[in-house]
Amino acid sequence: MSGALTPAPDQVRGRLLSRQAGDEALPAQRPDWLAHIVLGVGVLLFALPVWLVLAGSTQDSGAITRGDLSLMPRFDGLAVYAHVLMYGTMGTEPVWHMLLVSGGMALGIACGKIVISILSAYAVVFFRFPLRRTAFWLIFITLMLPVEVRIIPTYAVMSDFGLINSFTGLTVPLIASATATLLFRQVFVAIPDELVEAARMDGAGPLRFLRDILIPVSAANIAALFVILFVYGWNQYLWPLLVATDPGLDTIVIGIVKMIGVETQTDWSAVMATAVLALLPPVAVVIVMQRWFVAGLTEGEK
Amino acid sequence: MERRTVFNGWFLPVVLVLPQLLLTVFFFLWPAAEAIWWSMTQQDPFGLGSTFVGLDNFTDLFSDPLYVASIIRTLVFCAAVSLLSMSVALLLAVFADHEIRGRAIYRTLLIWPYAIAPAISAVLWLFILNPQVGLLGRWLNAHGVAWDYNINGGQAMMMVILASSWKQVSYNFIFFLAGLQSIPRAVTEAARMDGARGWRRFRTMTFPLLAPTTFFLIVVNLVYAAFDTFGTIYALTHGGPGKDTETLVIKVYRDGVVNLDLGSSSAQSVVLMVGVIALTSIQFRFMGRRTNA
Repeated sequence: MSGALTPAPDQVRGRLLSRQAGDEALPAQRPDWLAHIVLGVGVLLFALPVWLVLAGSTQDSGAITRGDLSLMPRFDGLAVYAHVLMYGTMGTEPVWHMLLVSGGMALGIACGKIVISILSAYAVVFFRFPLRRTAFWLIFITLMLPVEVRIIPTYAVMSDFGLINSFTGLTVPLIASATATLLFRQVFVAIPDELVEAARMDGAGPLRFLRDILIPVSAANIAALFVILFVYGWNQYLWPLLVATDPGLDTIVIGIVKMIGVETQTDWSAVMATAVLALLPPVAVVIVMQRWFVAGLTEGEK
Repeated sequence: MERRTVFNGWFLPVVLVLPQLLLTVFFFLWPAAEAIWWSMTQQDPFGLGSTFVGLDNFTDLFSDPLYVASIIRTLVFCAAVSLLSMSVALLLAVFADHEIRGRAIYRTLLIWPYAIAPAISAVLWLFILNPQVGLLGRWLNAHGVAWDYNINGGQAMMMVILASSWKQVSYNFIFFLAGLQSIPRAVTEAARMDGARGWRRFRTMTFPLLAPTTFFLIVVNLVYAAFDTFGTIYALTHGGPGKDTETLVIKVYRDGVVNLDLGSSSAQSVVLMVGVIALTSIQFRFMGRRTNA
């Protein structure tokens, strides 16, 4: 095909200038059907499982147990949402309470990590103090010690501190963050010396420089990091499983796994409604802040 | 790289770095040190004391066929999850990079699953593949396929691989798309004028240029599959049936928290630690510029 269609030079120039020449095999106007099909299938691959749960949540639990789960929602079944929010299912906390714990945990972790990472990155980049490099490396090492590799000893430390079954225990230990510190360090190092010099000439002290210049300059990074960390906090499973056995501290993720644990007498439509409610907040955060999130993720981690 | 212009004083920076440092020491370094210490001790059965046994826990571990089986299982699982989620993501990213109508909408619809928790992806897949209530699981059984991941270990493994890969596609998609968009337009145009298109252009130009992204993602996906899938696997199978989906992290949890075998669980933690350190070092060596303090 390529031999017969070698383009004349002016055609080449025309194509080079045309920003529309997205698909080279077809003229620009014709829709790129293959791309639509592949992407459409991809979209369905993610949307269908969620749709199934959404539709199932409005159906009769008994019917689902008998194997009559269907992809068609019944709009008379929305009362299940009010019911799980207020009362939960058998043996669990009300869903509003679990959402509250998850929300508090996600916000606490996201904000906490951002604040202490900005402060430590600021200290490491803009000051010279004894053991500065040691401090930086100690923080860096945490990257290599995820919760999963130190399950038992971390539990022991938590119980020495009396943090088992407390909201503090659920959030504070997860606030230490090498990734966020590294990211802010990268942003701060890139700030031109002239800007720092100018701020000093204007008589801005270190804290004023942090507040009036550094934080506004890194606003986009903060927004991106907030999305990543909110999702991280909301989605925790192993950590709350370890440190909080009190049902009053069940997060929504813990709660829903508890619900599916008893497969024989499960109230399936309630489980599905809970799954939808568990998905909604982090998905909303990602979609609303998509622009910052995508830029921040790909710049930050690479 | 160092800054030339800095502020004076040491008290303020120490105060600023202290919160991060304290959390790091108390919740990361101390537990890690304890894990190393415990991995070299033996608890007596009544929990009254412990004796130093050197590397005995490690020799026991590696001569235990169950542990070796778990290592192999984890490697297979990690390879399958990384391969599956990365290839689907790459395919989607290549087409999402085309300039077609509605591509912003396609992107959003492919990015949102980033927000799904590993444990929640397990719940979603349960409604697809559960033999009693799942849409597909029931259909399979009605059509003569004996599908039940509560009994069949191979099917259970397949299910946790599917659920874990599915959740990770978005993350890989975001990075592959960013990688594709950073390929200079001049290079694309040059390949086009050489007549390379379709599969050939992908194989000879696009894929090689994506190598840094691909390499980064391989490391990230291996770490994800090894550690972050705890929620998915534990919610779906608890590591069963038997030990058929018991990856290393599930095994640490079962041996430590459920069976309270402190010495062995700590030794396993140390082995995992070595694994993460190796993977992270590879990653940072490769992307060296970020480590220069």
